[in-house]
Amino acid sequence: MFNFISLVAGLLFGFGLALSGMVSPGKVIGFLDLTGNWDPSLAFVMGGGVLVTVISFRFILKLSAPVFGRGFKLPTKQDLDKYLISGAVLFGLGWGLGGFCPGPALSSLAYGNMKVVVFVLSMIGGIIVAKLATGGFRKAA
Amino acid sequence: MENFTPVSSLIGGIILGLSASLLLLAGRIAGVSGILSNLIPPQSGDALWRILFIAGLIVGAAAYPLLGGDMSFLNMNPYQLSDNAHYLLLIIAGLLVGGGTYIGAGCTSGHGICGLGRLSLRSFTAVMIFMAVAVVTVFIMRSLVGG
Repeated sequence: MFNFISLVAGLLFGFGLALSGMVSPGKVIGFLDLTGNWDPSLAFVMGGGVLVTVISFRFILKLSAPVFGRGFKLPTKQDLDKYLISGAVLFGLGWGLGGFCPGPALSSLAYGNMKVVVFVLSMIGGIIVAKLATGGFRKAA
Repeated sequence: MENFTPVSSLIGGIILGLSASLLLLAGRIAGVSGILSNLIPPQSGDALWRILFIAGLIVGAAAYPLLGGDMSFLNMNPYQLSDNAHYLLLIIAGLLVGGGTYIGAGCTSGHGICGLGRLSLRSFTAVMIFMAVAVVTVFIMRSLVGG
């Protein structure tokens, strides 16, 4: 059941990303281009998403155990460390250059564009480099 | 503002929120960068749900135009670069997005949709930083290449 729910959540997420316009780098750059021909659409994507989660998460996280699962696995860190800050800076730079964040990039593999494949492979390369640099492979093992 | 799509973007966003709620009912955070990075390498007993989520992303995105959704907004190359320059840009951007989201422990979905939903200070901080840096990056790119 747990794995099936994950598949359904993925299907919904991919569909939502396509419907919302997030899969288009042009739309993402248009949103980030405050001083140009600004397209505020993506504020509605984030707004709609957070509107739901800010309500639903309150109730779900009060449950003693997840409905479909094996226990909650949630982030535990609380502090604003140098990793959080520097990672967000690097991500913002890459997002502004390519117009892709991870969800829309993986989803766009659906559209058979070679440029998406190159972006996704580079993104996986970036994860590997960052894991090597921070000892992440040792932690995982 | 001729490309403004508030209705489809709002409905799409609500679907993202519902998806994140469903996955949280299974005990997991719908953070795409984390779902991907913990597959490198795959860990036994923890890989299948990640692979199925990512497969779902691709099939769900494919379903939208198949069900009659309009994809005319799709613009892969907003800076109107030559093919070679665009490939180079996407390689650099991919490395930064992959590395940055691993180091910063989240992206637009994990810190954005889920972290803001949990009222996490770390996620709020990360979202403010990556949005601000992305806005400045786009401003600089627009100044350099126009478009």
